[in-house]
Amino acid sequence: MQAVASLDSLLAAQTLWHAGRHPATTRDGEPTGHAALDALLPQRGWPRRALTELLLPADGVGELALLMPTLARLSREGGTLALVAPPYLPYAPAWQAAGIDLGALQVIETTPRDALWAFEQCLRSGACAAVIGWPRQADAQALRRLQVAADSGDCLGFVLRDRKHAMNPSPAALRLEHDGDGWRVRKCRGGPAPTRAFAPGLH
Amino acid sequence: MLWACIVLPQLALDAVLRRLPDPGAPLALASGPTQLRTLHAVNAGAAQAGLRAGMRLAAAHALLPTLATVEHDPQAEARWQQFLAAWAYRHSSLVSAQWASCIVLEVRASFHLLGPWPRIEARLREELAALGFAHRIAMAPTPRAARVLAGLQDGLAVSNPAAMQALLDRVPVRRAVLPGDSGERLQRMGIRDLRTLRDLPRDSLRRRFGAELLPHLDRLYGDADDALSYYAPPDHFDARIDLGFEVESHTALLFPLRRLIGDLCTCLSIRDGGVQRFVLRLEHDVHRHDTRAHTDVEVGLLAAEREPAMLFEVTRNRLERVSIPKPVVALRLLARELPAFVPASRDLFDVRAQQALPWPQLRERLRARLGDDAVHRIAPAGDPRPERAWRRIDGDDARIDTAPARPPRPTWLLPQPVPLRDPRPRIVSGPERLESGWWDGDDARRDYYVLETAQGQRAWAFTPAGERDGWMLHGWFA
Repeated sequence: MQAVASLDSLLAAQTLWHAGRHPATTRDGEPTGHAALDALLPQRGWPRRALTELLLPADGVGELALLMPTLARLSREGGTLALVAPPYLPYAPAWQAAGIDLGALQVIETTPRDALWAFEQCLRSGACAAVIGWPRQADAQALRRLQVAADSGDCLGFVLRDRKHAMNPSPAALRLEHDGDGWRVRKCRGGPAPTRAFAPGLH
Repeated sequence: MLWACIVLPQLALDAVLRRLPDPGAPLALASGPTQLRTLHAVNAGAAQAGLRAGMRLAAAHALLPTLATVEHDPQAEARWQQFLAAWAYRHSSLVSAQWASCIVLEVRASFHLLGPWPRIEARLREELAALGFAHRIAMAPTPRAARVLAGLQDGLAVSNPAAMQALLDRVPVRRAVLPGDSGERLQRMGIRDLRTLRDLPRDSLRRRFGAELLPHLDRLYGDADDALSYYAPPDHFDARIDLGFEVESHTALLFPLRRLIGDLCTCLSIRDGGVQRFVLRLEHDVHRHDTRAHTDVEVGLLAAEREPAMLFEVTRNRLERVSIPKPVVALRLLARELPAFVPASRDLFDVRAQQALPWPQLRERLRARLGDDAVHRIAPAGDPRPERAWRRIDGDDARIDTAPARPPRPTWLLPQPVPLRDPRPRIVSGPERLESGWWDGDDARRDYYVLETAQGQRAWAFTPAGERDGWMLHGWFA
């Protein structure tokens, strides 16, 4: 009897999965605004209180378009959005056209050395609904700190990095990689990574 | 309203005496040109020896060779009057130091808080005695009457307007503190008291004594409103802590800094104000012959704040970035402007994380470490040229307009256009001719295209108008 109960609790805690069966997950993710992507992700959205890593082959492949629906919704709900050390100038007319309330968008310019500190402060503070960062020198340990900060600050964290880091381990709850055609899930907490790719334009 | 008047008969003298170890020793204040020095005021010890105010200094020295003299400073007298007005401000919200060597304060409103008049009076006297100022106190329904009564008899208190008028009627004109020399002139004309004066025809009084006398009488009797200029607490904060020893490390400065910030925040909450900009001054020992006697740490916030922990943290961050060139002997905190503080309104049922930090505090923390311009917002601007179609917003209060409708714009803009490296980009859409700026010397004639590079990036690039070569990359559709 005792053994049965502990097995149930293990399944409930998602530390144990039934092979071949779709794991029952808590579907409490932050909707991404792309129905096809929501369907792919085990939590049906961006993982809350966690870090999401986007791995890019180059800048300008649609990484912001992927985030835009979520950011627009959060900003209209009154949440603060923070951009930490963006690689270019966020172009106000385009962000506004995408539905972002620019009053809620804060741009933080830092040197690469301070970017991680500022990123962690924003995540940990609890003042921001979402923080998007472009850390240049982030190892697994730094990402671990960011993950913990996102958890304690109850905040959506997005790390945008070069695709070459895909081979390195990462503590992020969700890793998406752009492989030229679409976004591929490399890792996701709470279930096996789906094999299908997500291409925003095709759905 | 009931007004108390505190007459300070020897304000200038008391201001000097209170800093001397032995106030009983003969002392006089001297004034006047060097050839004609006269005594301005004398203390009890000097008066006992027969000295009087107005006496020549040479005569005084002849009478009392041990007499000590101090130069009379009229400005110091005004400063001390302001000091006493600040002291009186804790007993009443309406305090005026309008008339020389007396302080007037409204007391009826304070009865609820401090008790009836005898108790307030005792309290005033006790505190003035502790401060070391001789005084006479009286109370009356009008401020001018209180002043007259205080001059007549110490401790006189009248709260009934009719009784006050009856009392004033018997006051001799010479003692009624009338404007200019009218009191003396009326006395010589045979007018003895205020009742006789009030019975005289007003027109002829105005003709003979000028326009000031009649309004003064009306205000004295309470027939006309008396608009006093009220004392207002100073609009700045200035506090200093002497360390008593030489400090060369930041950590040793943090404890006095915390006390200074605490004092500042107390002052702010009393004033119901906030602080946006202040200077922390590290004072160095001036005995070494150096040019710089102090190091300033400027702290500027984007919005007025008065949270002690937050101000301390911001100041500490700034302080730690400053190198201390020489040992510090004193700390001074100067806040020139204390703007009104508007606390952020917060919903009662707002769910917040335990250690959640409001955004303004987070912003100040970031600015303290990253620099003053590190955090900003963006807004569209009216100019069609992409590099001018947006602007930075520093601080909180700015309206964000809606950008005019234009063809799709990239989310990333390059600070400077750079040549596109892709040799054969695919044109997705375009051209969009943009021709503007001939009036301000920054003429732009460009054809903008949306391109797709070999890597799958969407680029926003332009060529000189009418050409299809020499792509300049200006943004990414990310």
